Amino acid sequence: MSSAAETHEGGLHPALAHHFESLPAQKEAATLGMWLFLAQEVMFFGGLFIAYTVYRNLYFDAFAAGSHHLDVTLGAVNTAVLICSSLTMALAVHASAIGRGRHAVVYLLSTVLLGSVFLGIKVVEYHDKFVHHLVPGPGFSAEALGVTGEVARSAETYYALYFAMTGLHALHMVVGIPILLFLAFKAHRGAYGRDYNTPVEMTGLYWHFVDIVWIFLFPLLYLIGRH
Amino acid sequence: MTGASSHVVPVRVYVGVFAALLVLTGLTVWVASLDLGAWNTPVALAIAVSKAALVILFFMHVKYSPRLIWIVVASGFFWLAHLTAGTVADYVTRGWLGTPGS
Repeated sequence: MSSAAETHEGGLHPALAHHFESLPAQKEAATLGMWLFLAQEVMFFGGLFIAYTVYRNLYFDAFAAGSHHLDVTLGAVNTAVLICSSLTMALAVHASAIGRGRHAVVYLLSTVLLGSVFLGIKVVEYHDKFVHHLVPGPGFSAEALGVTGEVARSAETYYALYFAMTGLHALHMVVGIPILLFLAFKAHRGAYGRDYNTPVEMTGLYWHFVDIVWIFLFPLLYLIGRH
Repeated sequence: MTGASSHVVPVRVYVGVFAALLVLTGLTVWVASLDLGAWNTPVALAIAVSKAALVILFFMHVKYSPRLIWIVVASGFFWLAHLTAGTVADYVTRGWLGTPGS
């Protein structure tokens, strides 16, 4: 398998670390490590999803009232935007794997653009919640939801979870975008090709994971008791 | 000897998965407008799980990955299921027995 680690000039590939026998072995180790990190991320988000499950069952009416104030159209458009960004990310991995560095740069930058559109729409949505005093804290008021008493008090719990879950998700995208820009810069310099595209592939795993989190957040936060 | 993702997935597979994800997103919005009684949430979750499975298998290449990767992916979701089952079992059964002394 040593041939895989060598470039066509016969020397070792500059990306091959000295403690790996070959580039495929190095890639397999990276993939395993990335998936262990993502399994940890499942637990990280899992705690919030469990808190959501418990409180939604305790305060269903408040969760439905809170959910009705979210904009389903913006949420659905954002879901589509994120799915588009997952496609461009997958195409970036594909282009880099078959040695089309220029295409990879375009796809990586498209992913950055779509990720930014998602965050921009999120800012519009957050702004609406600030305007209507729906941000948990001393200024919280359920007046905009048209509910009173116990339901109004519990609605704050819904918004606490809404901001915690979508905020943590958005934070993951804010972390991902500079990494994508760095990869685009490296791809532009010709760092990736048929032999080696591990960083693009690992960032792809991270980006797709963030997409999966949103796939669950969208129906759970936006579509409660909509009928 | 194959690497974790040495398999290059054809572009048409990505485009097909992308189209399926968009259709399922539309489906989940439409289904939410129907009154399915207690079934609204299970249906929404079933669609979300299907979408997640498509992303994991194809976009994340797990379908083409070694058995070890499958085990790590499954264990992540196994622990999530464990966390869910334990917590839900607690909350569901709390009212079943009276509290001693009250």
